Amino acid sequence: MKHTPRVRWAEFAIESLIRVIGFSTVGFVILIFLFLLREGLPAFAQIDLGNLFGTRWYPTFGLFGTLPLILGSVLITISAIVIALPLGVAAAVFIREVAPNWAREILKPMIEVLAGIPSVVLGFFGMTLVAPIVRETFGAPTGLVAFTGALILAYMSLPTIISVAEDALDAVPKMYRDAGLAMGATQWQTIWRVVVPAARSGIVTAVMLGMGRAIGETMAVMMVTGNAARLPLGLDALFRPVRTMTATIAAEMGEVAHGSVHYHVLFAIGIILFVITFLINLAAASTMFRKRRRGGLR
Amino acid sequence: MRNRFVAQRVGFALLTLAALAVVIPILAVVAVIVIRGAAAINWEFLTAMPRDGMRAGGIFPAIVGTVVLTLGTAIVAIPLGVGGAIYLSEYARDTWVTRAIRLAIINLAGIPSVVYGLFGLGLFVLLLGFGTSIVAGSLTLSIMTLPVIISTAEEALRAVPTEFRTVSASLGGTRWQAIRHIVLPQALPGIITGVILGLLRAAGETAPILFTVAAFYLPRLPRSPLDQTMALPYHLYVVSTQVPGMPQKIQFGTALVLLGLVLSLNVVATMIRSYFRRRRQW
Repeated sequence: MKHTPRVRWAEFAIESLIRVIGFSTVGFVILIFLFLLREGLPAFAQIDLGNLFGTRWYPTFGLFGTLPLILGSVLITISAIVIALPLGVAAAVFIREVAPNWAREILKPMIEVLAGIPSVVLGFFGMTLVAPIVRETFGAPTGLVAFTGALILAYMSLPTIISVAEDALDAVPKMYRDAGLAMGATQWQTIWRVVVPAARSGIVTAVMLGMGRAIGETMAVMMVTGNAARLPLGLDALFRPVRTMTATIAAEMGEVAHGSVHYHVLFAIGIILFVITFLINLAAASTMFRKRRRGGLR
Repeated sequence: MRNRFVAQRVGFALLTLAALAVVIPILAVVAVIVIRGAAAINWEFLTAMPRDGMRAGGIFPAIVGTVVLTLGTAIVAIPLGVGGAIYLSEYARDTWVTRAIRLAIINLAGIPSVVYGLFGLGLFVLLLGFGTSIVAGSLTLSIMTLPVIISTAEEALRAVPTEFRTVSASLGGTRWQAIRHIVLPQALPGIITGVILGLLRAAGETAPILFTVAAFYLPRLPRSPLDQTMALPYHLYVVSTQVPGMPQKIQFGTALVLLGLVLSLNVVATMIRSYFRRRRQW
């Protein structure tokens, strides 16, 4: 069947448009990075590196030490993962391998609800209800400490961890389970010794994606961690206030003069965040691509 | 050999406990906010302007602001997101270019929301000169929602069987005609679900609108797309941290309205998805 030139022209136009849109996503990522560089790089020229990576963050006195902020982010991200990893993997195993159907039907939408709760609502909940409990349980002078932040963050990364880990468990061939059971192992032994190890790479991806979410989380963290820019070193660091990179940007960007040193430094923190999350995502994506190439044999 | 089964019992009990430890706090958050927030909700709270430095009156401009921002986001994000998904599922071959696009999408999904805020501030507010405005906020939010919309829409398009396209081609239809008249209509429910889920995220986000649109206290409705506006998530942040002596009633009421808006749209999306999944004939 022949097509009129009009049809052919319309076809060409629409296909080109779709192609442009397809490429634009890459454009956005590059654009975001370029903008961070454009506004953040001057910081490296305006103050020396010793100051920028120093231990004291007092912007009004020209002290822009980002080390406490970086370590603050690292501390609560790692603590959050330490809480969320066992919980999330156990919940995923429960949902996929153990739960009766009715429990699965309840659990899955519940976890979607958790994923849908806005971060600022969880932050508010953490401030008004979790922080007082933390204060009384651990006898800290304030409940707005790193631990409260880690707790809230753990629950925020749980939906990601559970759903990705569940997919990984789901991808383990049924043959493996049958083989385990046929050897006389109990269901528990099969899960623990065969299924979970077989899904390991997917579980690692799950944890990395959860970590990426946790390190970039802003509002909840800003509301519950107390925002004190001190070095989170020492054994009691978890029960002291901390300040993260994200919270610093969110709290201070609204008040700085555009083009000032402080403004550029906040963008420089944005660069650090972008690079960290980019690397985490790259690692997570590469395990996903590798898995796809190896096909059915994981 | 009985202790193997004892181990299994203990193991399963631990797994059950873990699942409960995930679910119970979710129930607690929702229950507490619904119960304590319900006391604040009345007609005046939903439809009046805030008064007395936000300590009294209603949250009407914040509700309107959130709706306007979400609509603005939809206008930009839907064509871009659906177009991108069509490209990836119907046109793209597995080359390094499409790998780069996929990687970019994964990355967009992982960029911290506050970094989107910085980007929006740098590009839309300052360089393009939109100022802190609904336009700048919507554009920022729509780039943030793109990955969600693209990946769910792509999944919906891929779920349409290849035969549909083959049959259309065998009747002499062009590729675009097949997409426009057969593939898109079939994938529409899935695409709508993805769009709602993406917009939900935008409606609940605070960090990207902090420096691009949100007004601290603006007891009137926005007048133009270049105007600032209040928005529910930022308003909740403000009333719970920035204003001393704020009645808890207003805080919980605002939290409930935001949570209710987001979760009810979530339910709508889930319903669309399960309804059409059951009705699907292929």
